[in-house]
Amino acid sequence: MNALAARRRHPAAIAVLLMLGLFLTGAVYAAVAPEPADATTQALPAQSVEEGKSLFRANCATCHGVNAEGRQTGNGNQIAGPPLAGVGAAAVDFQVGTGRMPMTQPGTQAARSKTVKFSQEQIDALAAYVASLAPGPSVPSEEAVDPTKGDPAMGGELFRVNCAMCHNFAGSGGALTRGKYAPSLKDVSGKHIYEAMATGPQSMPVFNDANMSPENKRNIIAFLDTINKQENPGGLTLGSLGPVTEGMFAWVFGLGILVGCAVWLGSKAA
Amino acid sequence: MNEQDHTAPGTEVTPTDGHGSAVRLDEGHVVGTGGLPERFTNPGLPTHVPRMADLDEAAARRAEKQVATLFGISILGTLLFIVLYFALDVNQTVFVPGVGETSATNVGLGVCLALSLLGIGLGAVHWAKTLMPDHEVVEERHPMRASDADRAEAVRVLTEEGGKSQITRRPLIKYTLGGAMALFPLGLALQVGGSLGPMPQKSLSLTWWNGGPSGPGEEPTFKPLRLMKDPENEPIKASDVTIGSVFHVMPEGLLPNPETGEGGAKHLLEEKAKAAVLLMRLDPSQIQSQKELAWGHEGIVAYSKICTHVGCPVGLYEQQTHHLLCPCHQSTFDVTQDCKVIFGPAKRPLPQLKITVDDEGYLVSAQPFREAVGPSFWERGQ
Repeated sequence: MNALAARRRHPAAIAVLLMLGLFLTGAVYAAVAPEPADATTQALPAQSVEEGKSLFRANCATCHGVNAEGRQTGNGNQIAGPPLAGVGAAAVDFQVGTGRMPMTQPGTQAARSKTVKFSQEQIDALAAYVASLAPGPSVPSEEAVDPTKGDPAMGGELFRVNCAMCHNFAGSGGALTRGKYAPSLKDVSGKHIYEAMATGPQSMPVFNDANMSPENKRNIIAFLDTINKQENPGGLTLGSLGPVTEGMFAWVFGLGILVGCAVWLGSKAA
Repeated sequence: MNEQDHTAPGTEVTPTDGHGSAVRLDEGHVVGTGGLPERFTNPGLPTHVPRMADLDEAAARRAEKQVATLFGISILGTLLFIVLYFALDVNQTVFVPGVGETSATNVGLGVCLALSLLGIGLGAVHWAKTLMPDHEVVEERHPMRASDADRAEAVRVLTEEGGKSQITRRPLIKYTLGGAMALFPLGLALQVGGSLGPMPQKSLSLTWWNGGPSGPGEEPTFKPLRLMKDPENEPIKASDVTIGSVFHVMPEGLLPNPETGEGGAKHLLEEKAKAAVLLMRLDPSQIQSQKELAWGHEGIVAYSKICTHVGCPVGLYEQQTHHLLCPCHQSTFDVTQDCKVIFGPAKRPLPQLKITVDDEGYLVSAQPFREAVGPSFWERGQ
């Protein structure tokens, strides 16, 4: 303790204390913060439309209506959930399979979640039920989303014209208006990318087969797979976000080192 | 050295009168009686404090070793740099914690070069701080005024020697020299101005939608052009544009054939930068502008993709709110209100392209843009 006390006036003491305080605050918060409640009941594996219907009524009907006809909140023209007739199995597989649905709380945008609340069999049953309401895009086959069968160069060209303005040149995502955003495409499965293009979830426009042919969709999946896997010869990517993070890095670390050097140059030797 | 301005340490500085209306030290916010002492004492330099290395030979030797170690690190860094330059393959990668797989040559050569340069720099500074003499020395600033002898000499050269050059007696030389000096920058300015390229003429107001190439000097005549998908260069059927879709569009004939790479505009990028169009389909009941409905086709509307602020591509279309967002400066256009600006620095709505369908059901342009696309310029609208 004496050694510590002797160094209490050291120039770095404040910085060390601050870091320690921040770290402790974060650690205590992480330990004490409540886990998000999971009220989903584990249903038995269901394969038929009937079982999908019962799953839907138990988990989705609160917002989307008992017969998936959509519901208003009663607050202006805000909707609790849109009608689902015609969205197709692909939309269900995308929204539920990426953990966006069921939404835990109303918000600007449903966020991708690591915890998918249903098993793939349950999602298939839900999708079968929704697809039975009206025809819509179906879940793509394994072959249609196989990145090894696509052309990444063509996919890159299509990506830069059709996707990069929202999802960023490296698929890192970006901001939209009024709190909405285009999510990052890193580590999204090819199937979900295909379904997003086919159904246009949330703010995203629809890229139907006439706009973007199934081959071109697969090319885009191949391109995203390539940039996900490639190494970074230039070193730290800083999130591939462009000038904001790079400028921030230069300001904090570049200027920080220069200031440190200036302080050292100006101090007298002991 | 100007003896008048220099006051030796320990002597007193005589206060001088304030000049003109400038605020003096004893005016304004002064704590206490509001007055200044009659005389200040020049505090002089702080007393010299000897360093450890000045007093203790062991400390000096330690400092010497530290400096030598730093220089040694630099030597090692340079040698290792040379070795790695030959030893590493350019395509080799290495795992760096926190960074991931990255180029081995970048990491290896970068770190070695950093050690090599930092070693010299840190060693030199440490040497200067610990061992080089650190006695405080005052160097007086030299007065700006030249000595009287120099000034007299300068005047003599100008009047007498200048007289020998006969510049005052022979005005022809004086005027031609003046003319030559005044004219020679014109050549440099002309080269800079001339290298800016031809004047844009009408090309800022025209696009490929006017019927073809729209560069300086071109006079395109209008013909209906099909709306083509970028980059596939395929025409678009009106029935394929479903509600919520967005198509990135180029005019027919602008893009080269994607298979063969043949055809297309001669100045592709310039033409693309003006002709880019965004095609969307909305529910016609959501469109609030009669002109927008009339210039579209059953809710399919085409707008210039070039922002009216500084010309970035406005590509971020939100299919639920029908907002078009420009990624550069967040100008937001409302597609339901004829692309009116609802947020951001843009001042004009995006120009709409009037479209219709041809006999085969493909979308075609019905007229060129009625105003110049992109940011404002002086001659716009003339």
